[in-house]
Amino acid sequence: MQLLQQSGLPLPEAASHGETAWLQAVIDGLCNLSSRDALTGLANRRQFELALAREIDRVARAGEPALVLMIDIDHFKKVNDTHGHPAGDEVLQSVARALHDCIRPMDTLARFGGEEFAMILPNCPPAFGQTVAERVRLKVQSRSVAIAPGVDVGVTVSIGGAFAPQWVRSSAPLWIERADQQLYRAKAEGRNRACLEQPPVSLVSAEEKVLLFSVSQFQDSE
Amino acid sequence: MSSPRASSPASTPPKVRPRARIMAVTSGKGGVGKTFVSANLASALARRGERVLVLDADLGLANLDVVLNLFPKITLHDVFTGKSDLEDAILPAPGGFSVLLAGSGLVEYSRLTPEVRDKLLEVIEKVAPRFDRIILDTGAGISDVVLYTVSLADEVLVVATPEPTSLTDAYATIKVLATQQQRRSIKLVVNQTSRPGEGRTIRGQLQQVVDRYVTPTMKDPTVPLRIELLGEIPTDPAVREAVHKRQLLIEMLPGCVASKAVGGVADKLIA
Repeated sequence: MQLLQQSGLPLPEAASHGETAWLQAVIDGLCNLSSRDALTGLANRRQFELALAREIDRVARAGEPALVLMIDIDHFKKVNDTHGHPAGDEVLQSVARALHDCIRPMDTLARFGGEEFAMILPNCPPAFGQTVAERVRLKVQSRSVAIAPGVDVGVTVSIGGAFAPQWVRSSAPLWIERADQQLYRAKAEGRNRACLEQPPVSLVSAEEKVLLFSVSQFQDSE
Repeated sequence: MSSPRASSPASTPPKVRPRARIMAVTSGKGGVGKTFVSANLASALARRGERVLVLDADLGLANLDVVLNLFPKITLHDVFTGKSDLEDAILPAPGGFSVLLAGSGLVEYSRLTPEVRDKLLEVIEKVAPRFDRIILDTGAGISDVVLYTVSLADEVLVVATPEPTSLTDAYATIKVLATQQQRRSIKLVVNQTSRPGEGRTIRGQLQQVVDRYVTPTMKDPTVPLRIELLGEIPTDPAVREAVHKRQLLIEMLPGCVASKAVGGVADKLIA
């Protein structure tokens, strides 16, 4: 109860729906609390990993393309060192809001840890991946953060992304690692940029597809 | 990943004892009727006197139990974890054959660990002597689990529909099986055809791409990879009805066109 009170979530009315309903509301509140990041209100890492596992199941079964983005605030340590930790918190919250404005209802946005955020974008065609990541990057860049009255700082992010291999069952650590590798690349190439893993060369080449769909000359040869 | 069968064909002589022919049913693309074909083909084979076991190898997202309207108390999961005996997990299915169901608890086995490999192999080795045929209903896609499961089989049946995405994925599957497992023979069932002869056309299309792009890359390019058409199953509203009622089509409506087509596939398999 104390946890719920401190969280600022509305407390269930005791008498309104009976004891069971009240208890359920408390449990729901605690569940909600345990799946959120306290500072930003985004999904926390545990919630993110659950969502990722679900997405892996979906990709393996339905073959729909899905993208994971790892998003890291550039030079965040400098903000903390120069302006203090409350300013750092302000930056984290501002970036969280900017990221939240980029997602669709079915996407999952989480604070992955420290100044790193993560996004799961189900049903995102590979052709759109770079555009989506760029949009996220520009959204953050376009907003300066007021860390104190009259003091605004510009914030940028580096983004790494990887698609789940279609039909193939990946694993959560592997998928995150692939996106993380692209994040390192974005950092190494100068920050404030989005790098996506190049889609693997298709198992079936364009030439093979042409032949596959051309009507066979030998269809009665069996 | 190399196949234990294909990698050392000569060095390990097969054990001399009667054992089931093992056939993997796979598709590349999901939702093309793989489990429908596995279950109804098993029933058709059982009607022709074979002792058939269907092993739901779609570890992680199994749905053979749904198709057969079974509510298994004991699954492969319990066998893998040592909670139950293998014997108790082999269940009679409505079509006169036996099933080993994966159960949804197998999600944790959906990644191919050496443990999963060993357990799957152990289960298959144990049941093989008691059946004439084992059908491995694999998951969708070309994941390592699917490839490993297929590698345990003597023969491979690819299910495809005339839909371009299904055809492409079927081709991709055949290509991977040819290059990784040196398969020289792939059986094909074309499901949901809309005109007679469509299956034959599709076989021809697949064969010509295989001849051009796959066979030349194999270890011995002089031996061609043959795609053998076992039959085409016409689109039949009865299929939807049976799936909806969670019954085997071949039990519910043995006279419908799709049932007859499955029977034809069984005949060709036995011949």
